[in-house]
Amino acid sequence: MSDALFAVTAAGPHVTFQDAGRAGMMRFGVPTSGPMDRASFAAVQAALGNPPDAAAIEISPGGLTLNCLEGEVTLAVAGGGFQVVLDGVRHGAWTVLTVRAGAELAIRPGFWGCWTYLAFAGALQVAPWLGSVSTHGPTGLGGGRLAAGQTLTVAETRRHAGPAARIPLPAWARPPNEVPVVLGPQDRFFAPETIATLLREPYALSEAYDRMGVRLRGPALPPNAAMDMPSEPIARGSIQVSGDAVPTVLLADHQSTGGYPKIATVVSTSLDGFVQLRSRQSVAFRAVSAQEAVGIVRSRDAASRRYLEGLRQMGA
Amino acid sequence: MAAAYPAFRPVADHAILVEFGDTIGHAVHDEVLRLDAALSPSSVPGFLEAVPAYVNILVRFDPLVSDHAVVEAALRHLIAAPGNAPRAGREREVRVCYDAELAPDLTRVAEAAGMEPEAVIAAHLAGDYRVYMYGFAPGYAYLAGVPEPIRLPRKTAPVRDVAAGSVLIAGPQCLVTTFVMPTGWWIIGRSPTRILDGGEGDRPFLFDVGDTARFTRIDRATFEAEAAR
Repeated sequence: MSDALFAVTAAGPHVTFQDAGRAGMMRFGVPTSGPMDRASFAAVQAALGNPPDAAAIEISPGGLTLNCLEGEVTLAVAGGGFQVVLDGVRHGAWTVLTVRAGAELAIRPGFWGCWTYLAFAGALQVAPWLGSVSTHGPTGLGGGRLAAGQTLTVAETRRHAGPAARIPLPAWARPPNEVPVVLGPQDRFFAPETIATLLREPYALSEAYDRMGVRLRGPALPPNAAMDMPSEPIARGSIQVSGDAVPTVLLADHQSTGGYPKIATVVSTSLDGFVQLRSRQSVAFRAVSAQEAVGIVRSRDAASRRYLEGLRQMGA
Repeated sequence: MAAAYPAFRPVADHAILVEFGDTIGHAVHDEVLRLDAALSPSSVPGFLEAVPAYVNILVRFDPLVSDHAVVEAALRHLIAAPGNAPRAGREREVRVCYDAELAPDLTRVAEAAGMEPEAVIAAHLAGDYRVYMYGFAPGYAYLAGVPEPIRLPRKTAPVRDVAAGSVLIAGPQCLVTTFVMPTGWWIIGRSPTRILDGGEGDRPFLFDVGDTARFTRIDRATFEAEAAR
């Protein structure tokens, strides 16, 4: 098997290498990182028959353009509704394609979504940090951000027979109108009417949105005045309220600990759709019990397994 | 509000935050370390990872394998079990140069404390430091134990682009930075000691939570030589 070589001719901000994440390092101040939308990342890997934790490229609305310099390889794109253009020909946003030397692949923002994933049928060559190539945004550690002028190598390339194929869009890929949250772990720092506000009013995503988190715009959520809490561990998906009463949903590159109270935490599988909301789009938060949250995750997992198995067979 | 500890707070579908108190101190942190040392996939069904902090510890589990009720029961059992000892912390040496150029806030700390700069340095070196938690950025180990006379509230506004290796203090806390970052803490020295790639085995960094730290003073020439390594 020969290698495929690509030149990065354009890369927007927040375009990074990611694998399934750097688990187990949070006690050392290192968040899991990994894909913002873990479901779409799983879809590109399954569609190519890759291991579920293979390295891929996460693409923001900044977009990415690659020129294939050498070789031939099948690739997959999924996540959000981006434009995928190969040699000037537009393909579906969720697609499996084969590219060869001389081809230009451009991935640009489309009608919806914030993050899309590009994976190759082969081994994308990226140096790991602490056992993972996932990029930790604030420091750039891990595989890092992509930049124009860079060269990418895909080793052990495979090529799928047949023309471009569409990857079916699962129900959970779309941004939701409403996401389930479990109250806490510091909801006790908020008055009952403040919690009622969070659960009643829509909140819009602001432009302050990156891999660490997204600030929300909506009614203020003032914590109780006499609050003085020691820094506490943080979970991905927690809705942290800073001293100015503004909530922020903490995402893949969140800090591992912090001193602001978390009024509620988004159910983990619901973050995949949530991160595909764009700035200025609104969402409602619905409270569920911890046991209901476990039920939501388990039924999504069962559906997701069936979906991913179907994709694997499509690629086989 | 009289809170009963330990408290078990569910976090979404995948974690429980176990709280042992609401005030920072050695005794509460010992409770955190004791539970931390007892956690494993065999003692807690579905256990993924734990994040210890000052007064509490986040226990993450796989919701496909376990749930909050099962995990809470396992945690209560571990906490109640006699003889669970905290993992023995190791003492780690951190070398510091207090040269004025590398310690831009030393004179202001001295003025605020009503001491000579040399007395501030002596106080800092005499502190009894323990790693309470990591936070803010990879490798940022929060060391509590700054002696009373040199405890200062943080600055009113952060300073940008503070060099990696800076030795910072604020209140009872001290930390050695691992990246160029903004900080509102007081910069009293610079260390050549590698924290970020100073680990071994399954510990990637110099410290684990529960370790103790001893600062030793080095001169500028030694700092330059060690920092260049």
